[in-house]
Order: sequence, then structure tokens, then C-alpha cells
Amino acid sequence: MLGLRGVTVSYGSLVAVSDVDLAVGDGEVVALLGPSGCGKSTLLRAVAGLVPASGSVTWDGSDLAGVPVHRRGFGLVFQDGQLFPHRDVAGNVAFGLRMHGVDREARRKRVDELLELVGLAGYQRRRVTELSGGEQQRVALARALAPRPRLVLLDEPLSALDRALREQLAVDLARLLREAGATALVVTHDHDEAFTLADRVAVMRAGRIVQVGPPGEVWRSPVDVETARFLGCGKVLGAERALSVFRGSSVFGVGARVGLRASALRVDPGGAVVAEVLERVHRRDHVRLLVVVEGDEFEAVAPVASAPEVGDRVRLAVDPDGVAVIG
Amino acid sequence: MGLGWSFAALLPLGFLGVFFAWPVVAIVGLGLGEGGVLPVLGAPETWELVGFTLGQALGATVLALVTGLPVAFLLARCRVWGTGVVRAAVMVPFVLPTVVVGLAFRALWPDGGVLPIVLANAFFNVAVVARTVGGVWASLDRRAEDAARSLGASRLRAFTSVVLPALAPALGSAASVVFLFCATSFGVVLVLGGARYRTVETEIYLRTVELFDLSGAAALSLVQFVAVVAVLVVGGVLRRRRERALSLRVEAVRRPVGGEWGVVVAAWLVVGLLLTPVVGLVVRSLSTSDGWSLAGYRALAGTGDRGTLAVTGVDAALNSVRVAVDATLVALVVGVVSAVVLVGLRRHGAWLAETLDTALMLPLGVSAVTVGFGYLVTMDALPGDFRTSPLLVPLAQALVVTPLIVRIVLPVLRAVDERLRQAAATLGASPWRVWREVDLPLASRSLVAAAGFGFVVALGEFGATSFLARPDAPTLPVVIARLMARPGELNSQMAYAACALLMVVTAAAVLLIERLRVPGGDARVPGGTERLRVPGGEF
Repeated sequence: MLGLRGVTVSYGSLVAVSDVDLAVGDGEVVALLGPSGCGKSTLLRAVAGLVPASGSVTWDGSDLAGVPVHRRGFGLVFQDGQLFPHRDVAGNVAFGLRMHGVDREARRKRVDELLELVGLAGYQRRRVTELSGGEQQRVALARALAPRPRLVLLDEPLSALDRALREQLAVDLARLLREAGATALVVTHDHDEAFTLADRVAVMRAGRIVQVGPPGEVWRSPVDVETARFLGCGKVLGAERALSVFRGSSVFGVGARVGLRASALRVDPGGAVVAEVLERVHRRDHVRLLVVVEGDEFEAVAPVASAPEVGDRVRLAVDPDGVAVIG
Repeated sequence: MGLGWSFAALLPLGFLGVFFAWPVVAIVGLGLGEGGVLPVLGAPETWELVGFTLGQALGATVLALVTGLPVAFLLARCRVWGTGVVRAAVMVPFVLPTVVVGLAFRALWPDGGVLPIVLANAFFNVAVVARTVGGVWASLDRRAEDAARSLGASRLRAFTSVVLPALAPALGSAASVVFLFCATSFGVVLVLGGARYRTVETEIYLRTVELFDLSGAAALSLVQFVAVVAVLVVGGVLRRRRERALSLRVEAVRRPVGGEWGVVVAAWLVVGLLLTPVVGLVVRSLSTSDGWSLAGYRALAGTGDRGTLAVTGVDAALNSVRVAVDATLVALVVGVVSAVVLVGLRRHGAWLAETLDTALMLPLGVSAVTVGFGYLVTMDALPGDFRTSPLLVPLAQALVVTPLIVRIVLPVLRAVDERLRQAAATLGASPWRVWREVDLPLASRSLVAAAGFGFVVALGEFGATSFLARPDAPTLPVVIARLMARPGELNSQMAYAACALLMVVTAAAVLLIERLRVPGGDARVPGGTERLRVPGGEF
């Protein structure tokens, strides 16, 4: 298992990663989630041994400080693949196996196996420059997994892809990592991606890890207001104000503050809250509304088929899944 | 890690120290020791000399830029029949021995003068502009121009507002290199300028060889050195700006349209003009007072009219090849190590990288005469009296070739994405293995090109070789100069034939390099329409 204790990375006076403690258990997938520039990629590179860091990075308890990148046995997948342009698909996947002195026949078998796993069977002799972005990322993943690394590091593995492909590949990637039994650390700025892939999510901000926990826990109870906003809560209220606005709703606990996502308020004729519609926008599978409740603006959702018009007065029900209790 | 790179930097620095800095410092020190440097620096004629040197260099640089640009466009952007031939043809002048070019231009301007000097210097350097600028031009993303056009810019406007600014660093870099070559050009100025038009370089030669005025020569060497460092620093700044912009991109050549044909025709015209002296020389080598004849070529098997030479032309040619091969090998080792070290040091942002980069270019700008004489006064101190070593000439030539190799290989190595190396490292490749598996294959084409190019330049090197080659082991350019200096029709016939031979070898080598460089992809990768293009470097 991977252990980080007091890991700090500085560039001159700029501290990119500050005093990070984190453990990744065998077979566990942990996501480092945070906005761009929060230091998550730098932390990943420090784990890989690509940037010097203070503090300790350990594997099964032994310190990796003196172990160079190529002896750590940590696979790395970049955002944009970084496939070797002078080698074909099989040549790329077999690279790590060659470095480890695996013989030709075993290499061929392992390459076939991995291309099968990532859904690119038969692509062995294809040139990597002819592959689509999604295919390149699959090859990059196969290449990283081929030498059976003790830990796989994925740096925004899906960010360079378009949305439809990204969502599909996130599900595939989660399955692949489980099937391969990989221990993995995934860096991402996309919470959907983090929650799809990871067993545990570590939220990073300004170089520090502010919260670690299973996706559901982080989603329902972000540690502070900024984390709540990062996780999609457009509105943050004090608990008392929330109780007075949404009287009759019993979802709020005794937390000091609550965060509301758009999905927290749903148009429902039987709902307890009365609101007026200010704006409406069509989204993929719902209509997003801007409503006023007791002089305060909130986001709400309505089904596409029966969405109210601007100016309508509607009743809203509170959906506990859209509510985050902060703290 | 930084320490390891600094240690590796010792090889190129040591080579430069022993075979460049020491001889130059020794000869300049000798001159300074005699005193009388200050009067030379104070004399108005010294500054007239400097003025003429800079003026003619400036003229030739502007001319080379103006004529080189259309050729760069043709090479970088046009899919037109015969571009491969143009690519090779434009290189031939650059590697021709300077004496040969001097003679070719004197055939047209028997009295010499400023115009032929400027023309001849520009003639050499069109290739530098075409290749330096063309290389960057080819790697520019064509979509920026397309965007400008779609925003309402005319083709000319798109060029001046989008392409030209992007090319500016390459133009500046090319201009500084060309200026350096022109300011220190020796052979052509000596042949075309005579006693009337002298540059700092020829003056150093005259004072050292004919007047034995070492202190005057030393003073002028110092002036030249200061000027050269200034130009190199400016060029270095510009070069850094453009190497950062280099990336591995898909090729952007297409058939010219509309007004672009005008530029293509202009490029062909330039190439035609460049080839005129070359063709003239070949014609001259075949014509005698009795009409067409191969007498000059047959004479290469002998030692010239009444034994002008100590060896036969064929022996000189073979010696040339041997010396050039040795020089290329030395320069490849030093140049590639330097390039690798520069890339490695750059990652650590070390000042050593900047220093090494500039130091490596210095031999291009310091008088070959100074270096040559420096060898004669220092190399006896090396074990086994190095002055008589068969390695002396190759080492002097390697000094000139190394900077060219660095400039070809370095941009390609810098264009390799650092993350590609990191990917290899995380897959278990040690630093040495990363170099072998990633850098080497990606730079292999440019390495072959650099080797071929270095070989051709070594083959034509005249300045230092003429000082250091022993009479019983001359190279072809030395033999040509000697034959030209002696009377007798057979001698000049033989000299022209030797020139033609040299040009054929040069052209063949350049064509071979192009053949290796142009086809895309790796041998492992089957052919396809889209291919990754590694920019071939500056030249």
C-alpha cells in the first residue's frame, strides 16, 4: 500500500503541495479531486518520483526517497496519452515489458491480453498517430498496466476527450481498474469522474487535502463551504434560514449550514414550498429553473414534459439527494 | 541529477578548451605580449576596417534574407515538382570551398570589388536562411493563417500579420548566423578584395602571414572576438525564443495557389542564380583552349603541371574523404553529447547550459587563421608533438562542424515532449535506456542528416585546413588553391575538375541526406498519408 506523510512540494517560494497525508490500500482506487491549480497533478508526479518532494512517500512501509522513477514500479497515464510516436500499438504496450526483460512470446501474449481488456483487440500493428483520442487513451492505459505496476497513477486520464466519450470511458475505466485489481491514484477536476472511478475521494484545495472519504459521504457532507460549492452546491444557507424557507421539510439536520444543488428543489404539485419562476433553460434530461422563494433566488429542476413557464407560480418539494450538510 | 549533467558537460567543454580556447588564447597572448595593441586600437584605419567588415556583412545578410525567404516558402509549404532537387541545390553553395566560389565570382568580375564580395557572401548563405526559416515555417500551424484569412485578411496581410511574426525569431536567428559567417568570411574576400578591400579577417591573415605583425593581429582578433560574442548573444536570445515554439507536427505542404506561384517562381529564379556559378565552374572544367576536353579530370590522376603538387589529385581526394570522416566522427560525438547535455541542463534551468550553448558557437566566428596559428604554437605541448599528428586537421575541422551538428540535433531533442521520457521512465526505463528508446529513435533522422551535413562541410573546409594540412597530405580544397595559384593551363583545368568533383560529392551527399530525411515515419511503421514530422533542425 501507498503511504504519504507530510508530503510537500515547493518551487522556490511557491508551495504547490503542502503537508499531505494519504494512504492508498491494495486494490483501492483513490481520486484526487480539486480545481485546476490545486496541486493535485504535482502530488501525483511527486508520488511517481518525477518531482522532488519533502516528507515521506512509502510503499508497504519502505521509504521511496532514494528510489528513482524507473525502479518504483508505478505506472503513469497522462491526460494526452504521450504514446511513443515511433512505435506501433503493440510496441507501445510492450515497452514496459521489454524494460523488465520479459521474453518475446510472453510479451506478445500479454499485449494481446491487454488490448483485449481495453477493447482494442487486433490493433497491434496500427500506428498510434492514426488512432482517435479515445483509442490513444486506451492504449496508454494498456501500456501502463502491461508490466503489472504495483500502483497506477492516472493524471486527468479522460479530460482531453469529448463529453460523450468521456462518460462512456469513465465507466469502462472503472471496470478495467477493478478487473485488473489495480491499486490506483486518479487525478481529476471532474467530480462525476472521481465518483465514478474511486473507492475514496480526496478533495484538494490550494495544495492541501481538505477532506477524504467514500464518494457518498463527500457528496452528502462536504467539509466546508468551498468544498460544497466545488461539488455543485450553488446555494449555501444557514440551517435556520433553510428551515424557515422550507418549512415542513425535515431533511435538514442540526448542521450549521446546508448546501443546495439545483436538484434539491423539484417541481411537485404536492410540494410544501411556493415559488415564482424567473428563468428556464433546457438541459439534457430536465429543465433548469431559477425561482424566487421568500425573496431569495434558488435553482430548481422540472421534468421536460411538464416544465412551467417564466412567471408561473409553482410548488416545490425538497429532494434530500440534492442537499449537502456542510461540516 | 544536475551534478551528473554538469559532469557530462566536461567533454564538450574540455574539447573546446584544448582545441579552441587554448590555441586562440596562446596566439592572442603572444601578440599582446609584444605590446602595441593600443596604437592599433586607436588607429582610424582599424575602425575603417571594422566599418567595411560590418557593412559588407550587413549587405550580404540582407541580400541572403531577401533571396532566402521565397526558397524557404517553397521548401516549407509547397507541394511542387522538383522541390527535393531545390532542397539539395540550395545547399551546394553553402558547402563549396570558399576559394572555389571566390574564383567563380572573379570570372564574372575580374577586378573584384565590393559588389562581388557581397554577392559571394550572400551566395553562400541563402541556404542558411532557406533551411533555418523553412524548418520553422514547415512546423507552423497553417490554421492560424486560415483563421486570419477567414477574418478578412488578404493573403499578403495574413503573411505579414500572422506568419512573419511567428517567423521573426527564426529570421533573427538566421540573420545572426549569416552575419557571423559573412563578417568572418575569409576565402572570398581574399580572392575578390585583393589589397584594396580588406576585412578584419583577411587583415589578421595578412598581418600574421605577410607582415609578421602579431600584436596587430592580436588586437584585431580581440576586436573580432568581442563582436562575435555580441552577435552570438543576440542570436542565442532569438534562438531560445523559437526553439520553445518548435513542436512535432503534421506536415502542411500543399500545391501553391494564385499569387503563391509568383513566390515559387522567385524561389526558382534564386536557385537558378545560385546554380549559375556552379554550372559555370563545371563548364569551365570541361573546356580548354582546344575545345571540350576531359583533360582536367584525367590530370587528377597525376600531380599537375611539372609536379605542382606533392601528391596526385586522386590521393588528395581520398585524403579529403578520410579527414572528413574523422572530423565528422569527432564532431558527432562532441556535438551529440553537447546537445544531450544542453537538453538535460535546460531542465534544471542552469546557467551552464547558456554558457555552453554560446561557447559551442564561438569557433564559427573566430578567425580560422587565428585558430590555425594557435595550433602551431600550442599543439607541440600535447603528448607526441600533436603538430604532426594525422588527427590535427580532423580536429580543427571538427571545431567548425560541431556547432552545425548541435544546431541540427538540439531543436529536435528539445521538441521531444518531456512527458514522453517520463512515460518511458515510469515503465521501467533507466535514464540511459530512455535516451536509447525515446530520444535516439526520434532524433535518428536528424542525426543522420547532421552527420552527412557535417561530412560535406568538413570536405570543403579551407581556412584552418590550409594552415594545418601537411604538404604530403593535402585535402582537395587545399590542392585546388595551390593549383590555382600556379601558372599552366593544365593546373587550372585540373583545379576546375577538382572543384566539379567536390561539388558532385557534395550534391550527392546532400541528396542522400534529403532522401533519408523526407520520408516520414519509422521503418517499423507502415506508410500512411498522415505522418508525424520531426523538424529536421536548422539547416
